[in-house]
Amino acid sequence: MITYRTRALLMISGTAVLVALVFAWLGAAYGVRMLVEASCFALIALGLTIQWGYAGLFNVGVMGFIATAAFVSMLVSYPVNGLFWNSAGPAMLGRVGLYLVIGVALTFAASQTHLLGLPKKYRTLVTLIVGAATYLAVTSALDPAASLIEAEARFVGGFGMPVWLGWLLGGIAAGGLGWAMGRITLGLRADYMAIATLGISEIVKAFLKNADWLTKGTLTVSPLPWPVPTPTELGFVMSRASYLAVTATLIVVFYVLLERAWASPWGRMMRAIRDNELSAAAMGKDVNRRRLEMMVLGNFIIGIGGAALVTFSTIFDPASFQPLNHTFLIWVMVILGGAGNNLGTILGALLVYIVWIMSEPAALFLFDHGATLANQLFGWEAPADLATRALQMRVFVIGLVITLVLRFAPQGLLPEKVVKYE
Amino acid sequence: MSLLEMTDIHGGYGGANILNGVNISIEADEIGVIVGPNGAGKSTTLKALFGLLRVSQGSIVFNGGPITNFAPEKLVREGLSFVPQEFNVFPTMSVHENLEMGAYIRRDDFRHLLDQVYGFFPPLKDKRKQPAGELSGGQRQMVAIGRALMTEPRLLLLDEPTAGLSPLYMDEIFDRIIAINKSGVGILMVEQNARQALAIAHRGFVLATGRNRFTGTGAELVADPDVAKSFLGGGE
Amino acid sequence: MGETGILAALPMNEFVFFINKGLLAGLIIGSVYALGAVGVTLIAGILRFSHFPHGDMMTAGAFFALILTAIFPTAGALIGLPTPFVLMPIAMAITALFAIGIDRVFYKPLRTANVKPIVIVMASIGVMLMMQGLIRLFGGTEARQMEAGSKDIYKIPFGGRDIILTEPQLLLILFTAAVVVALHFFLTRSRMGKAMRAMADNADLARISGISTDHVVRTTWVIAGSLAAAAGTLLALDVSLKPDLSFNALLPIFAAAIVGGIGKPFGAIAGGLLVGFTETLAVFNWSVLLRPLQPFMPEWLELPQKLAFVPTEYKIVIPFFILIAVLIWRPTGIFKGSLVK
Repeated sequence: MITYRTRALLMISGTAVLVALVFAWLGAAYGVRMLVEASCFALIALGLTIQWGYAGLFNVGVMGFIATAAFVSMLVSYPVNGLFWNSAGPAMLGRVGLYLVIGVALTFAASQTHLLGLPKKYRTLVTLIVGAATYLAVTSALDPAASLIEAEARFVGGFGMPVWLGWLLGGIAAGGLGWAMGRITLGLRADYMAIATLGISEIVKAFLKNADWLTKGTLTVSPLPWPVPTPTELGFVMSRASYLAVTATLIVVFYVLLERAWASPWGRMMRAIRDNELSAAAMGKDVNRRRLEMMVLGNFIIGIGGAALVTFSTIFDPASFQPLNHTFLIWVMVILGGAGNNLGTILGALLVYIVWIMSEPAALFLFDHGATLANQLFGWEAPADLATRALQMRVFVIGLVITLVLRFAPQGLLPEKVVKYE
Repeated sequence: MSLLEMTDIHGGYGGANILNGVNISIEADEIGVIVGPNGAGKSTTLKALFGLLRVSQGSIVFNGGPITNFAPEKLVREGLSFVPQEFNVFPTMSVHENLEMGAYIRRDDFRHLLDQVYGFFPPLKDKRKQPAGELSGGQRQMVAIGRALMTEPRLLLLDEPTAGLSPLYMDEIFDRIIAINKSGVGILMVEQNARQALAIAHRGFVLATGRNRFTGTGAELVADPDVAKSFLGGGE
Repeated sequence: MGETGILAALPMNEFVFFINKGLLAGLIIGSVYALGAVGVTLIAGILRFSHFPHGDMMTAGAFFALILTAIFPTAGALIGLPTPFVLMPIAMAITALFAIGIDRVFYKPLRTANVKPIVIVMASIGVMLMMQGLIRLFGGTEARQMEAGSKDIYKIPFGGRDIILTEPQLLLILFTAAVVVALHFFLTRSRMGKAMRAMADNADLARISGISTDHVVRTTWVIAGSLAAAAGTLLALDVSLKPDLSFNALLPIFAAAIVGGIGKPFGAIAGGLLVGFTETLAVFNWSVLLRPLQPFMPEWLELPQKLAFVPTEYKIVIPFFILIAVLIWRPTGIFKGSLVK
């Protein structure tokens, strides 16, 4: 039996070796960049491991939360677009906002008319009608506003605030969205949350992709401002290294806070809820309220990690959000690293990300040589899109890893430390 | 030879044992009743018998053959039938379909059995098309027992058949159980209403903390002052 | 023109447009959703997990049909129907076996190990990714036509314009109707059908009654797999075979199954049609229908070029909205399915 300590050390040294190899083979600039991205993923994975490992929540919409936070961050921190503010855009948007607020208030009031004595079935009908009217009013006010903004100012631009504020608000936005999802699906079958989060992530992506007036759509927004000096000012290695310092600090801060929280009475209660929900509920703990807290907290951290990731890429491109890269890859990190184990998750994230990055050239290399070989041996003609198809192999492997780990090592590489009481 | 011999049964749900050496024996055509305080292991004994939890020690012999740790699907074919205390009907299926499901393992024409069950429980005949989940507690219990009778079991296991029923329904159910027993089916039931159950029992078993405490005929146990004081409680 | 009575009063051009692009289109996509949702609801009711690979199973079935069509291209000509449709039963059988195999390898060991249901959902996501990768690896990502040549088109004249239905669309509608009838008889008259309902109702009691879990599970996969293959093939026959097509159908199919009530196949069919109609009518350009009424409307109310509830790019919002609405107001669905936690 390998002890926990040994496992942890093995994982750390294994990761370190891999990192060293990458640095040696591909150079410092590439190596630091990879580390920064890996650290962002580690943050995201940390948020997910809270949701899954501690509250048993099945969030399959991580991509949507990342996109939400990245968008809010972009909106907050991107330089102000003078063209927009000088046009009629803000006023028109203001009108839309007004309609929205009034409409939502009216709809809510309509849903409460049963207090005035209106029979229940009419209440639903009235609420639906008012809601539909609100929707129509808002969208018909929004369309001309959107066209105007796109024509005159390209898009609304940002608010020019500090980047860290953008990240913070991005995290809060993601947390808020998580709150909504949790409110609706907690207390129902666990897979309902999976379906709902999957759906919302696609909708968020569709919205960001199509709302050109807000995000420039497929034209993308760049360059995104950084919290540290950019490569043009400090050179690739130094600026990326300072970025890494920021993300690494965030990881350490969250890690310490979380470890402390788990060791506290609150953490024990969370574990009790997870391990034996029935008796915890019988003891009067509001199980769903706690899980909702986890959902929000987890998504907050996911949001921060996501904002950091997208900011680092310097481009906000809605089409770049992919379920594979931004949801399922992170799930592999969590499952492999050990759900509910913060250290394991961080290490798992680093490990998986490095392997993932290396897998792209590796897959292309393999398929290319395989095709040449097959051509020489059997005269087989490779299809034109062999390169794209080669990358699909990675999708297969990710799925395989998930099923294999669940089947044979469901605790992950670093299972949760079981605290023993004397 | 007894119909059922449970000897020195130890078992539980995985952690600690709940049963610590239980002995039960029933002759064919007898009504056996298991009573005892909460946590004594009454329902656990039935579940251990029916393969719903693991027996770690001891042996169960039914009809001359060993059946320890047999799966429920197999026991049904051996002539045992089990009526759980809760969730003992198929709620969205009609009364008639519930009975049909009881007869699932049969490949022959079992219409005569349906008539027999409706004979035991006349109120069900009118409700045969109604979903079982919409019936009252007492009628649901009738469906549950009827379903179990469809395999023509040698031994019928009932887990607290009168739980949650009004006294009127309780008497009715006990009457039916007697009638079923008279038709040639052995009964082994766990009951909370100890006094009334023992009154109709040929054999009684009082369990406490997973062991036998008292064994005798129903009448003996009811009359025994020790038993009455400790286990039968104030008149119910 | 020749029409008399009320028909002459209706704006026929617009009405036929509405039938073609609104009602019929909704019926067609609704039927695809219905066929997919039946499998999903059975798996959720009996095996108690949400089958995420279902969309890809539909794609796989369509690919099996495509391969079969390449091997036996003249099969259809012998009967006078499109070849992929004639060979579809074989594709359905292959997919059914495929589904049973996947269950045996991936899900059954987890069931035996008594894991929490959510772990099986996770495993199914792993299976989904594997299938997606394999399908795109061997089949590429571009669209393909199931069959060379053009499709037969049926035109039903109706008030001066034609109601247009292609042969694949007609086959889809007829097939779905046949499935409805067959399901009814299977579930209410056959021993196995009733056993499936029993298992969905109360799995423990089913076991206690001697119903073999293995048999029921296998039958569930046969039905789910074959109907998924049919849905995928018929959809591909109507549009084209594109791996993404079926994945995009996943959310609507889940919504349909939940709306109809988990474990209720007829609910799933009703749900599928509901989602299909709502989706189609929500993106339908109502301006066209309202334009004849323009003369009756006040001066200031000018109809925009395109009046749809939801822009086509946001079509995915509709099944999601239906899903959320059901989860908030009536999580057990229309037909009150199970709500196992």
